Order: sequence, then C-alpha cells, then structure tokens
Amino acid sequence: MTVRERLREKISAAFYRHGLLCASYPVPIILFTSASILACCYPLLRLPLPGTGPVEFTTRVRDYTVPSHEPQGDLGEQPDWYRGPPVAYIQPVLVKAAVSPWDSTLVPVDVFRSPLGRVFSLLEEIRNHVHDDGSGIRSLEALCLQVTDLLPGLRRMQRVLPEHGCLLVSPGNYWQNQRELFDSDPDLLKTVHQHEPKGLHTSATLRDLLFGVPVKHTGVSLYSRKRVVTYTITMVLGSYDARFLSSLRARLRQLHPSVNCSLREDHMVHVHFKEEIGMAELIPLVTTYIILFAYIYFSTRKIDMVKSKWGLALAAVVTVLSSLLMSVGLCTLFGLTPTLNGGEIFPYLVVVIGLENVLVLTKSVVSTPVDLEVKLRIAQGLSNESWSIMKNMATELCIILIGYFTLVPAIQEFCLFAVVGLVSDFFLQMFFFTTVLSIDIRRMELADLNRRLPAEAGMPLPKPGPLRPREAPPPPRPSPHTITLQTPAFRNLRLPKRLRVVYFLARTRLAQRFIMVGTVIWIGILAYTDPAGLRTYLAAQVSEQSPLGDGGAGGLPPHLGVAPVFPGPGGDPVGTLSVLPAPAEPTPLPENQSQGHHGAPGEGVPLVPQISWGAEDEEGWRRLSFRHWPSLFSYYNITLAKRYISILPVIPITLHLSPREAIETRHPQDTRHPPPPSLKTNDLPADLTLYKVAALGLAAGVLLVLLLFCLYRVLCSRNYGQNGVAHGRRRRGDLPCDDYGYSPPISEISPLLLCGHSMDIECLASDGMLLASCCLAGQIRVWDTQTGDCLTVIPKHGLRRSSSSGCWEQRDGWDAVGVAEPENLGGGTEPGGGVFDEGEGYPLRRRTTPRPALFENQPDLTPLIDTNFDSQPPSHLLLTPPRDGFDFGGLVEKAYLEHEPPSPGLTASYPSPLSGPPPQRRRSLGYIQPPAPQGQETPDWESAVWAMELRGNLIAAGRSNGKLELWDAVEGSLRCSNEDGVSGITALAFLNNRIVAARLDGSLDFFTVDINKPLGLLQYRGPPGRSNMPPSPCYSSEDVISCQLTRSVQCAHQKPITVLRAAAGRVVTGSQDHTVRVYRLEDSCCLFTLQGHSGGITAIYIDQTMVLASGGQDGAICLWDVLTGSRVSHVYGHRGDVTSLVCTTSCVISSGLDDLICIWDRSTGIKLYSIQQEVGCGASLGVISESLLVTGGQGCVSFWDLNFGDLLQTVYLGQSSDGQGVRQLVVLNNAAIVCDFGSELSLVYVPSVLEKLD
Amino acid sequence: MPRLEEHCWSRSCASRVESKTFSGGNWVASRAEEMMSIVTTVLSNAYGSLHSVRAAHLIRRGLVLFTVGVVLALVLNLLQLQRNVTLFPEEVMATLFSSAWWIPPCCGTAAAVVGLLYPCIDSHLGEPHKFKREWASVMRCIAVFVGINHASAKLHFANNAQLSLTLAALSLGLWWMFDRSRSGFGLGIGTAFLATVITQLLVYNGVYQYTYPDFLYVRSWLPCIFFSGGVTVGNIGRQLAM
Repeated sequence: MTVRERLREKISAAFYRHGLLCASYPVPIILFTSASILACCYPLLRLPLPGTGPVEFTTRVRDYTVPSHEPQGDLGEQPDWYRGPPVAYIQPVLVKAAVSPWDSTLVPVDVFRSPLGRVFSLLEEIRNHVHDDGSGIRSLEALCLQVTDLLPGLRRMQRVLPEHGCLLVSPGNYWQNQRELFDSDPDLLKTVHQHEPKGLHTSATLRDLLFGVPVKHTGVSLYSRKRVVTYTITMVLGSYDARFLSSLRARLRQLHPSVNCSLREDHMVHVHFKEEIGMAELIPLVTTYIILFAYIYFSTRKIDMVKSKWGLALAAVVTVLSSLLMSVGLCTLFGLTPTLNGGEIFPYLVVVIGLENVLVLTKSVVSTPVDLEVKLRIAQGLSNESWSIMKNMATELCIILIGYFTLVPAIQEFCLFAVVGLVSDFFLQMFFFTTVLSIDIRRMELADLNRRLPAEAGMPLPKPGPLRPREAPPPPRPSPHTITLQTPAFRNLRLPKRLRVVYFLARTRLAQRFIMVGTVIWIGILAYTDPAGLRTYLAAQVSEQSPLGDGGAGGLPPHLGVAPVFPGPGGDPVGTLSVLPAPAEPTPLPENQSQGHHGAPGEGVPLVPQISWGAEDEEGWRRLSFRHWPSLFSYYNITLAKRYISILPVIPITLHLSPREAIETRHPQDTRHPPPPSLKTNDLPADLTLYKVAALGLAAGVLLVLLLFCLYRVLCSRNYGQNGVAHGRRRRGDLPCDDYGYSPPISEISPLLLCGHSMDIECLASDGMLLASCCLAGQIRVWDTQTGDCLTVIPKHGLRRSSSSGCWEQRDGWDAVGVAEPENLGGGTEPGGGVFDEGEGYPLRRRTTPRPALFENQPDLTPLIDTNFDSQPPSHLLLTPPRDGFDFGGLVEKAYLEHEPPSPGLTASYPSPLSGPPPQRRRSLGYIQPPAPQGQETPDWESAVWAMELRGNLIAAGRSNGKLELWDAVEGSLRCSNEDGVSGITALAFLNNRIVAARLDGSLDFFTVDINKPLGLLQYRGPPGRSNMPPSPCYSSEDVISCQLTRSVQCAHQKPITVLRAAAGRVVTGSQDHTVRVYRLEDSCCLFTLQGHSGGITAIYIDQTMVLASGGQDGAICLWDVLTGSRVSHVYGHRGDVTSLVCTTSCVISSGLDDLICIWDRSTGIKLYSIQQEVGCGASLGVISESLLVTGGQGCVSFWDLNFGDLLQTVYLGQSSDGQGVRQLVVLNNAAIVCDFGSELSLVYVPSVLEKLD
Repeated sequence: MPRLEEHCWSRSCASRVESKTFSGGNWVASRAEEMMSIVTTVLSNAYGSLHSVRAAHLIRRGLVLFTVGVVLALVLNLLQLQRNVTLFPEEVMATLFSSAWWIPPCCGTAAAVVGLLYPCIDSHLGEPHKFKREWASVMRCIAVFVGINHASAKLHFANNAQLSLTLAALSLGLWWMFDRSRSGFGLGIGTAFLATVITQLLVYNGVYQYTYPDFLYVRSWLPCIFFSGGVTVGNIGRQLAM
C-alpha cells in the first residue's frame, strides 16, 4: 500500500511539474508537437491513398512472361499486386464499319444494319482460326476463358450473355450469334434497348458490355452524324499464347486491312482492381461511423466551462485522429505494412483509444480554484487526474496486450496499432491538448478580467489563495456529477447552443472554407484515382469540339492523328484533290488533306463517312465505366477484387461496305423510318454538352442556394434577435454573451429593490398579488408585486405611541445614526445566536458569514433559547439545560466582545450593549411583558412577529407572545386578534378560511375565520395561483371578521414545532422530536405520525398532489405517501441539516448546510446530480417552472436549468456584490421572485418565463 | 428466385451464417405470428393504461429498444452475409432481408425485454447502476459490440476454439469496461444461456441450420455474441431509464 501511495505521489508530482511546463511555454510546445506529428506521419506518404479506382501497370508485349507468385528482388517500379497470372487476358477487336459512299437513297437504318451484320462473319473467323506451328494446333477454344454458368437471378442476361464455353462478347450476342435471327429482326434498336435496365444504374449496362464502347460512340442510332459504327468483339482468354494471338492479328488484318491505322501494338496494360465496397458492405460501415460520430458528439458535449467549447472539442478530435495517424506512420516506419482495411477498423480504433482522458483532463482543470494562476490551475488539474489517467492507461494496455496473445494475425495487427495509438495519444494529450487547454483558460481569464474591471474598480481584488504546496495531496476530486461553481464573476452567461453554432460559423466563415477545401480535395482525388477515365474523356471531348475535319489532331501527336479515309469503290476521287486549309494542323500530312470533300456537303456530292483511328481507340476500354470488367466477370461469379486482368493491344478492323450491300441486307420494315432531319450546323451539337453542363450546374447552384436558405430559416428563427426566442429548449436564452464576438440584444434582468424597512426582513408572505414583509423591528409592509409600490405600512406612523416600551423612539434614533447600522445590528444578533447554538451543542459548522436562516417563514430558533431566561413551564427546560445561569446581559456582552474584531464598526455605532436592550431582546422583552390589557382592536407592538401569512387581503401575524392578529392588508387596520394561547407562534398556515398556528410548546391551534358579510358575497379576486392554492376570498372592509379557536391540540409534538405546511386539505407539521405529523384540515384530526428521521425536522414540502417530502437535521430526505402514510423513499443527501426542499413533478430539490444543492429523481429517489455552491451561499430555493430553479446566493440570485444543471444566469441584487446572503426567497405567480436582501426586498422578474406560462 | 435463394444460402454457408431450410419456416412463421399478436394485445393493453406517465415512459423505452434491436439485427446479419461477394445494387435490399422475416422482430422484442429487464432488476436489487452512466459510454459500448461481431464475421481464425476463446475474452472485456455490475453479469449469462438453448431447439427442429456446427447444433461463439449483446442492450436500457 505504501508503495502504491508513494507511486501515486510521484506520479502526481511529475504531472504537476509537467503541467507547469506546458502552461509556461505553450507556443514552443505546440510547435514541437506539430513537428513530431508531421515527422511520424511522414511514412504515410508512401502508402497509397485509399480509393476504389483501378490501378494500371503497363508492360511490353514482346518479352512478356506471366509474373511469378514470389516477389522478385528488384523489379523497379513493378507494383506489388503484379504477381501471379491475371484472372484473364482481354483481347479486344475493335471494329469500325461504315457504308461508303453514303448514298442519298439509303435509309437511316442502313447506317448500322449491314455493319452490325458483319459481326457474325468476323466471329466465325475468330472462332475458326487455328494456329498451327510445329508444337501443335491451337484454337480459341483451347485458350479462352471457359465459363460455366451465369449467376442465378440474372434472367434478363440469360439469353444474351454466353452461358457456357468461351467467354466471347460481341453485339452478336443480342441475336444469339445467329445471322438468321439478326436478319429476321425487324427493329434492331428495339432489341438492343429492351435489355437496358430501367432507371438509374451504377454498374455497366449490358449494352456497354456487348458493344465494348460507350453508347454514344457506337454510332448505332438513327441520328448518327458520322455514320460510322464502332463496336468491339471482346475475347476473354484464360491463358496467354503470343503466337496464336499474333497469327490471329495477322489474319484479321489481312482480311480487313486498316491501312492508315498506326495504333501502337506493343504494350499490354494490367489493371488491378481494389476491393469493391458494395452497398451491403457499406451499410455496416456507415453504421459504425454513425455510432462513432454519436460517440464523439456525446463526449464533446460534456466539455464545459471553457472559453471556446468548439475549439477544445476540435482539439480533442485532432488529438485522437493524429494519434491514429502517428500510430500507422510509426508502424509503417518500422516495417509493418498495414493489411487491414483502414476504413473498417478506424472507428474501432477511435473507440478503443477514446476521448475520455481528454474530457477528464478538461473537467479537472476547470474545476480547480479560479483564483489561482493559470499555470497552477493546469498543474493542479493534471496532478489531480494523474493517478486515474495512469491507471486507465495501464488497464487498457493490459487488455490490448492480452489481445496480442490471441495469435490471430488480424487481431495482433489491430492491437499493435492500438498500442502505438494509445501511447501516442497519451503523448499528444500531455503535450498538445494540455497546452491548448492552458491557452484556452488563459483566454477565458483575460476575457473575464476585461469584463470585470469596470465593475470592480473600487473594490479590492480577491485575495489569491495561498498556493498549494506541490506535495500536498490534491483536493478530493468532485464526484462525476458534481458541478463545481466558480465565483460569481466567472459564471459565464450562455447562449442557446443553436445560436452559438450559427455565430461561430458566421464568425469564422467555416462553411465556405470547408466547401472550398472539400471541393479541392475531391477534385484531387478524382484526378488521382481517375476512376472513369476522366483524362481520356477530357481528351475525347477536346477532340470532339475541334472542327470535325481536324479529328483531334490539334491535341494529339501527329503520328496518331486522324487517318484519312480512302473512299470505297465508286468513291469520289475529287475529294482527294481538293485541299482544305486546316489552320490548326501542326504538321499537314498529305493524308489529312483528303477530307476536302467535306466542304461541299449540300451539293449532292455523296458523303463519305470517315473512319478514323485515334489515340482514344488505342485504349478504347478506358472510356468505359471502371466497373465494366468487374461487372462482366461478376456475372459469372468471378470477383476481380484485389486481382488484376491484362488487356492486350487492340486489333483494329476497318470495314467498308458498299451501299449495295447495305440495301441487300435491309429488312423490309427498315424503310419505314423517315430520313433524319438535315443537320443545321455541325458544331452546335458538340457544344451542346457544354451548355447542358452549364445549365445543370446553374440549376444545381440555385437549388443549393435555396436549400441553404431553407436551412437558414430553420436554424435561425426570424426573431432571434429579440427577446425570448420563439421556440427551442432554452427559452430564456436572451442572455448576453461576448464569447463569440457577437452579442445579441441584451435584456438584463434587473432586480427591483423595495426599500423601506429599517431592519432585516424577518418574514415574507405573498399570495401572488400582494406581498407582505415584516422586519425585525416589527414593521409590516405590504407591497404590490406588479409595480413594487409600498401599499401599506403597519403600524402607520400615526399609530405609533410613545407610551409603549420606548423601542420606537430608540429606533428612530438609530435611524438617524446611519445607514450601516441595521446591518451591524443584524450582524450583532447573529453571533449571539451562534453562541447559544454552541452552548446547546447543535451539530453545525462554524462560518465566517452570517448563518442563513433555517426556515423560510420564521425566525431563527434563537428565540427558543430565550425562553430559558424566563420562568417558563418546565417543558421548555427540556430544550436546553440551564447551563450558565440567567446572566443574559453578561452572555450577550461576552458575545459582543468575542465578535468585536470581525465587526469593527460595531462599538462605534452601537452605543453600548448595556446602555439599552440589544435588539433581539426586544423579543424577550415582549415576551416578558404580560399581554397588555387592551381592547381587541389594539395591536401590540412590543412582541415580535414570528410568523406571517397572507391570503386574500388578510395578513395573519403570529407573535412571540402567542397572539394571532389579522390585519387588513390594504387598509392597514387590525381586523381581529386572538389571544387564546400564550406560547409564541412559530409557524402559521392559512388555508381557505382556516388558520393553523404552531406554537413553541409543541401545541397546534386551529382557528376558523368567520366572515359576516353585510353584502353577503365573497368576491374572488384574480385567477387561481400557480401554486395550486385555492382562490383566496377577498374580504371587503365592511366585513366583520372574527377568528375563533376551534381546536387546540395540546401535545402535537414533544418538542417545538419547527415547520408547518398546509396543502390539499392536509396540515403537516415537523418538529424537533424527529417526527412529522399529518393532520386533516377540516376536523384537525391527526392522521399519521411519520417516523423515519433521526434528527429534528427542518424542512417539509407538500403540494396539491399530496407529495410530502421532509428533510431533517440528519441530512436525510424522506418522501412519503400522504394517503397511506408509508415512506416512499429515504435518502441521505447532505452532511448537516437539510435547509430547504422543493419538488417539481419529476424531481426533488434539496439544499443543505453543506452548501450542496441536490436534485433527486422523485419516483426512484436516485440522485440525478448535485450543485456545489460557494460557501455561505444562502440555502433558499425556489422553482419557477418545471425546469428553472432559482437559488439565493451572496447578494445575488442564480437561475439554473434543472434538466442539465447548467447555470443560466446570475442576477446581482445590489452594487456591492458581497454582503448579505439571500435567506428567504418566495416565488410569485407572475414569474417573479422576491427575496430579502438585508433590510431591503428585491423583486426580480423573469420575463421570458412569464411568456412561457401563458 | 429459388435459385437465387439457394445461391445466397450457399454463399452464406461459406461465411458461417445460419441458414434455414424451408420446411420448418412455415411453422415458425405461424408461431411468430401468434407471438406478435400476443405482443400487440399486450401493447394495446398497455396503451389503455396510458394515463400513467410511467407506463408511457415504459412503452417509449420499449419502442426505442425494439428499434435498436431490429436495426442491429439487420446490420449484423448483413455483416455476416457479405463476404468476398460483389453485390449488385439491385440486390442489396434482397440481401438485407434475405434472412427470414421474423428474425429482426424477434431480435427487437428480445432487445426490448432485456433492455427493460436490466433497470428493473437494478431497482429490485436496490443497487442502482452508477458506473459510467452517460451516452458517450453507451455509444462506445455499441461500437465495441459491433466490432466483436465484425471480428467474428471477418477474421480468419486457425480453429474454432481459438475463435470462441477470443470472443469470450472480448465479451468479458466489454462487460468489464462498461458494466461491472453483478446483476448485469448474471443477466447477460442468463440471456446467453436462454438464447443459445432456444437456438439449439430451433436448429434441432430443423428451422435453422448451421454450416459447421461445433457446439451441439450451433456454433460455439454464439453464446459470447448473445452475452455481449445482452450487456449492450442492457446498457442502453439503463441509460434510457435514467
């Protein structure tokens, strides 16, 4: 164990030092890292780019031998796939045939009928060719590739492609190689077309396969201009015999001489095909990639609290990707050639390496104290996570090493890559990502500093905390769900994600750049792989667009130029004599000038179709789809993937047919076709393709623009600049943000301060429209929640009597002293309470800040203790054993002396602790004094108000002397008062016309408010509140209101009742005696006594849906079923008291003395997440809507998104950011919150939520 | 068409894929239909009790899990089917649905059941699963599961024992990386056992055929796949239940 500890310490220290280094020299380190990435990736240049296009290799025909299987030593540029025999040798026989001279009596069908007819005799010739030299007789039958069976399911091919015997493909296959069928076919074109597939097709069509040239080059069409028919007879040979082939070539040449053909015949091309990725393979691949992207998305979504989320996410992805590249590069460098399919294993590699470490690092760094220097933050964050990172990495390495011993080559290779990738990923994390993170955090601090400076100019900067010694153990890492809150100034305000994306795109013009780069890369890849023979296609296009007569001579070497055509028998000899100057002709060859007859087409001179042999004919197969050969072979279930075929030099055949022959072969129905319309110009159709392309491009562009526009409209609703985005998850997203260089219109939530009280606010009550507050001085003020106006002050100034105990005069004197006094007084009272708390042995933590109130609607429990100094019933003595006697004044003095240093202004402003009663003694004073024998309508000013409720326009106030008073909120007059009890009222509930009062001695009194209406009508005012309260009746001033004690439960609890809530016809009380009791409101009958807490109850929540939650001093939270009294769940959430509890329909929110806010799932009781607040933050909570939580803090309130635990906004209540904490917080109906802020009330409207409620 | 089918199956024989005979197909189809009708009645009953939010939530989770199961079944089946075969675009859909039609729904139902069972057992045992509860981890888990399938379909192993051992180690690694709970392990084992028994029964009754059975009637790597599948689906189900 000690070894482990020591190791851990050492690792932590090393990481700390490394973090310091990275944060100190960011730029050199990033440069170094980039250099090493590039160096490691350099070997990758030798690897071929991934692509599915075929690869070619050319050898000479003369000394060709079948390559051996074993790689030979040094073969120069020979590719590594050029091993072993090819799948097949392809011997194309390219036939160009024309009827010449063209007679005007001929019909269009004649263009191709007789030339196609010749294919049968050619086939006969080829099949019957026998080469006989000394060694033996060879025929095609012996050499050709024998095929057995077509792939089943290709019914449409069955009658066309050869099903057995030699694989010999020609247009004759359409007619089963039988001349008779051809001759009796009335419509050749229909026969050809009927085999074409419908719709789009990606593989080669049957027509391409049989003709061996692209469709548009065949010339088999009624509207052919050139009147030259081109087709190929493709022989597929299984073995290579040079002598047979040369004899066949010689024979065919002899029969059909192509005089001017100067095609090169000395090269054969070997074409290697990569593995095809079919759709079926693509689907799993795409699935894995989708999963990969989902993984990356969900991972990077967790990056938070940094300056630029996108930047860091990008850095994380770059880290992983470049570590993979480095891994492959290093493996290649050391001699391992990757054999696995990179695209397939890539997602798995990424998943194995993972983004976790990066995210953990980020989280750890951002959760370090922000007041530290950036360097130290990085270092601390690193060292906090060092152990877990190292542990994880060791585990993964172990797992992968185990995988290495499976001895399966593929898995071994995968593991090798993964190991190297993991190590390089670690390297990059440590150097690249950490540095990027440090830069990012520095930027964030700079931005924050800029924002803060004006506001804090006059304030002392927060004292930087003492630097942690390096050897000190790192602070406990927050649990994964804990969100550590920064100091208020660092809480970033956030925009909706959608807007941030748009701003980011707009700011960086990322989309345009991506499109540009993508286009360039795409074009590059196209040019590199050249799958469809782009180059030859372009060359062909160029040659076609040049004037017809030139025949591509402009762009081609002269010796490959257009071969002239000698007119057939009966041709026009004049044509050879007339010379047409060809301007583009670089070397005017005599043959080329024979095309002069072209100049007089319209004068009845018979046209002579030209048969020209160009460079594009030399390798005519290039013009075909690159899937041509794979699909041909796949019909016979032969795959070309990872294999190659050899294409032999083409055998050219030129056929000239006489018109007479054409007419003879005519089918009777051929003449029905009308002659083609006379062609206007020759150049136009050639250019038409360009126009077509241009038009298509334009259309595509317009479409793209429209699409983008739609996208824009979808992404950005029209009014996103205004308050309250129209839709979207984060509706209250009108938050200022300058992170992204764009700041949308700011609608700052500004709190409305309600001033008027002279001392700290004690009680708050509201019914939605009105707000009543009571301060320590006993003054009750009623406010309008809409406008913030003070409606009523109780007591009114006129009511103030000098005959009372003199408090008022004294208070006036205090008012004159200064503004700061009430604060000091408040501060003065608290330590006193603290002393008593200590004396009683409360389980509490010491704080430097004022202790927040435990309960929302009632004072601190300090008055409880006050009772000890009076002669009280013996039951009270149980509370606190009388320890120090009754020397109250001495105690207080001691307290004051003790707390003099923290509040230096105290002695100056406060006269003397002994000269007058300290403020909190007014409570005890009021307590001591017997109730004044006054009339019912005379209020009592001496006792303090401990509890207050507001319904309708009646304020119920419970006083410390046990008096219950009902005030008219509007008029400020006392309507009735009840003095049945003597023990102080600690809590009140006012529901319908019943008032429940909980007293200090543990008894519970039920009162009924009777209204004798002279007008006999109860008016209802306002809509029912959102808080599910029944509508409050409005009492008019004429009513005579009486308040009668209907029932008093004497010993409701053994100890003082601390909390009282009423809803849904139930009254729930919680007490110091660890129990919760549920009463029925109508008959004040006790339904249940709920036991389950091991400490006093401190918080209770009940709402209209009968959900009851209680929290106690033991830090436990219980959920109860009010109908059955059973406990639904019981969880421990806090160290220390649970101070506040709120439920929404889906979750329970609790806050405790440990400054933690926990959010629990209501149904399962599982903790969803917790929010760590700063120390001394108030414990007040409120839920505004289902997903909006508001908490009080030090002089501010914070709004949280409940779904994600994100801080949405912090609203500062006053100018001085620190000061009093918010102790009470009341959520009003109209989406406003009211909280106390020292002696002031603060009314904060949340406008966008209001919208949502409507 | 029969020829095509035969061809497909003969090809898939080469790639170790369960192939079926046609004799038992009808029987199983009728059985599956019965089962589906039961499932639909159950679903409609469940819809009747839609008033409670919980039931709606349950059904939504079940539907999501069902979809996930169907998609995974299709994709993984495809992964097993394609091997060194060039396919034509026209036949892709035919290949995609070339196995019996009832396999994907069955897989979906099984996924829904297992995925709902995991959180249920968790709550009954009273030990909520807290290890790596986030979507990123779930995605990682799915990717590893697909990777295991990929490995079983595409890699060449010296013998079957090696293949099975490797896959077993991978499955255990999956469980250790993403689950680490006793209940998850137990349920995964249970799923694997049950599913293997069911497959054995099916094969015994002649519904299926394995090309090179080495473990009674089926392939020995089948339990590993079922185990990792159970753990993966359970992971999804738990995440959905949160």
